[in-house]
Amino acid sequence: MPEQPLIHARALVKRFGDFTAVDGIDLDVAPGEAFGFLGPNGAGKSSTMRMISCVSMPTSGELRILGMDPVREGPKIRARLGVCPQLDNLDPDLSVRENLTTYARYFGLSKAESRRRADELLEFAQLQDKAGSQVEPLSGGMKRRLTIARSLVNEPDLVLLDEPTTGLDPQARHLLWERLFRLKQRGTTLVLTTHYMDEAEQLCDRLVVMDGGRIVAEGSPRSLIQTYSTPEVVELRFADGVDYAGKLEGIGRVDPLPDRILLYADDGDAAVSEVHRRGLTPSSVLVRRSSLEDVFLQLTGRTLVD
Amino acid sequence: MVHPTVAVLERNLALYRRLWLASAFSSFVLPVLFLVSIGIGVGGYVGTIGGVDYLAWIVPGVMASTAFQMAIGESTYSVLGDFRWVRAYHAMRATPVEVRDMVAGWLLYILIRVEIAAIVFLGITALFGALHSPWAVLTPVIAALVAMSAAAPVMAFAASIEHDSYFALLFRFVMIPSTLFAGVFFPVDQLPQLVRPLAYLSPLWHGVELSRAATLGVAAPWPIWAHAGYLLLCCAAGLTWAIAAFRKRLQD
Repeated sequence: MPEQPLIHARALVKRFGDFTAVDGIDLDVAPGEAFGFLGPNGAGKSSTMRMISCVSMPTSGELRILGMDPVREGPKIRARLGVCPQLDNLDPDLSVRENLTTYARYFGLSKAESRRRADELLEFAQLQDKAGSQVEPLSGGMKRRLTIARSLVNEPDLVLLDEPTTGLDPQARHLLWERLFRLKQRGTTLVLTTHYMDEAEQLCDRLVVMDGGRIVAEGSPRSLIQTYSTPEVVELRFADGVDYAGKLEGIGRVDPLPDRILLYADDGDAAVSEVHRRGLTPSSVLVRRSSLEDVFLQLTGRTLVD
Repeated sequence: MVHPTVAVLERNLALYRRLWLASAFSSFVLPVLFLVSIGIGVGGYVGTIGGVDYLAWIVPGVMASTAFQMAIGESTYSVLGDFRWVRAYHAMRATPVEVRDMVAGWLLYILIRVEIAAIVFLGITALFGALHSPWAVLTPVIAALVAMSAAAPVMAFAASIEHDSYFALLFRFVMIPSTLFAGVFFPVDQLPQLVRPLAYLSPLWHGVELSRAATLGVAAPWPIWAHAGYLLLCCAAGLTWAIAAFRKRLQD
C-alpha cells in the first residue's frame, strides 16, 4: 500500500465573494517530495497555500492535510506544519534569537528545547553573528532566512513556502536555494509557490502550473518541458519591426512576442542556419535550453513574470 | 507543555522588556504628579469633600482611572499594529495558538502592567496617609476589573478598524470624558441629572466608586454586587466581542 499523501485535495475551491481564486483543483503530495506551484500573480497559488496551512477555509471540495480535516483539526495540523508566509511577519522589536524562541514556545516546546532549536536554526540560517541583533535592520535576505528558520522550529513534517525568494537579489536567492536544497536532502517535504521558473526547476521534483485558479499542467520540470516545449529555443530580435513570423514558417513552432520572436526547435543551431539561409538578418540571436517559462507561455499564451 | 496563552504572554513580556523603564516611569510617576498637583494643589482650595480631605478623596479615583487609561492605551496601537504592520497575529495563526490565546495573552500582559502600577501607587498613597481603611488592599483587584472591562472592548475595536485615526476619536470621546466625568475629581452628583446616566455607563465610574468605598471605608452609591456585576458584565461582553473581532480579522 502506498504511503498516505501529506496533502490530498479533490475539487478544492476557494471563493472570495464573486471572485473564484481557486477553481476546483486536485492534488496529492507524497512524503519527502519537493512540490511546487508555478504561476503568475493571481493564479491562485497563495490561496491554495493558505488553505493547506489551515489558516483559510475551503469554500468547497475535499482537503486532507496529514490525513486530518483542516476545519475540525486545525491546531493539531498546524502543530506539525512549518509555514513561511509571502510577507515576513517577524517581530521587528525582538532579537533574531528571541524571534525563534518565542515562536518555539507557540508550539509548546520547553524553554531549554526552544533555546537548543534556536541555536541550531541560527546556524542553519547563517545568522549566528546576528543572534542578538534586532530584526528591523536586517537585510531582506536575512529576514527571509530567519522566517524560513522560524518555520522549522517545530521540526515540521511539511514545510510550506509562499514565494520564498520574491524580491531578493540573486546572491540572497542562491543562498536560500542552497539552504532549501539541504532541507530537501534531509527528506523534509517541501511545498512552495513561485513565479520564477528557475526556482521551480532548481527545487521541485514535481510541480503544477496554475493559471486562473486552475491547474493547467502537472509533472516534473523535465517532463513538462518535454511535453510542452522542444529541447531548445531560439530567441530572435529584429531591428526593423517588420512581421517576420510568416517568414519563419516551417523551421519550428513560432511564438511572436512584443519584443522578440521565439522559435522552438529540436536543434537550435540548425534552426539558426535555416534562418540565415532564408536571407533573414536578425539583430540578435540567442540559442538556449527550453525552460518552464516556455512551458508556461505555451500553456497560457502569456509570460510568467511581467 | 507550555499553554499557548502563556506562550503569547511571554512574547508580549519579551517586547515589554525593551521599553519597560520608560513606561514604568510614566505609569506611576504620572499619577503621582496628578496627586500632588490636583490633590494637594487644588485640594488646598477645595478643603474636604464628604468629610475627608480632597487628596484622600481623589486617590482611589486616580488609581482606577490610571488602570482605565493604561488598559485603553495598551489596547489600541499595539493591537492594530500586530494586525497591520507586525502581523504578529498572522504569525501566531500559523501555529497551534488559537484566537482565544491571542486575546487572553494580551489581556494578561495588560493585567500584569496594571497590577504593578496599582500596587506601587497603593504604596505611595499609603505614605501620603491617604488610605483610611484596610479594605484598601482590595483596590488592585478593582483596578484589574476596570482594566479588563476597558481593555477587552477596546482590543475588539482595534481589531475591527483599518486606520489608527479612529483612536483619536476613542481618546477624545470616550477615554478623556470618562476620566473627567466619572467621579474621579468630583462626585457625579454634581453633574446635571440628565447626563448622569452617561457616567453610570462608563465602567470607570463603577471602579472609582468601589475603590473609594475600599480606601475610605464608606458605602458605595450602589450595592457592591451591582458595581462589581456591571464591571464583570463589561469584561464578559468585551471578551466575547474581542474574540469575535480577532476571529473575523484573521479568517478568510
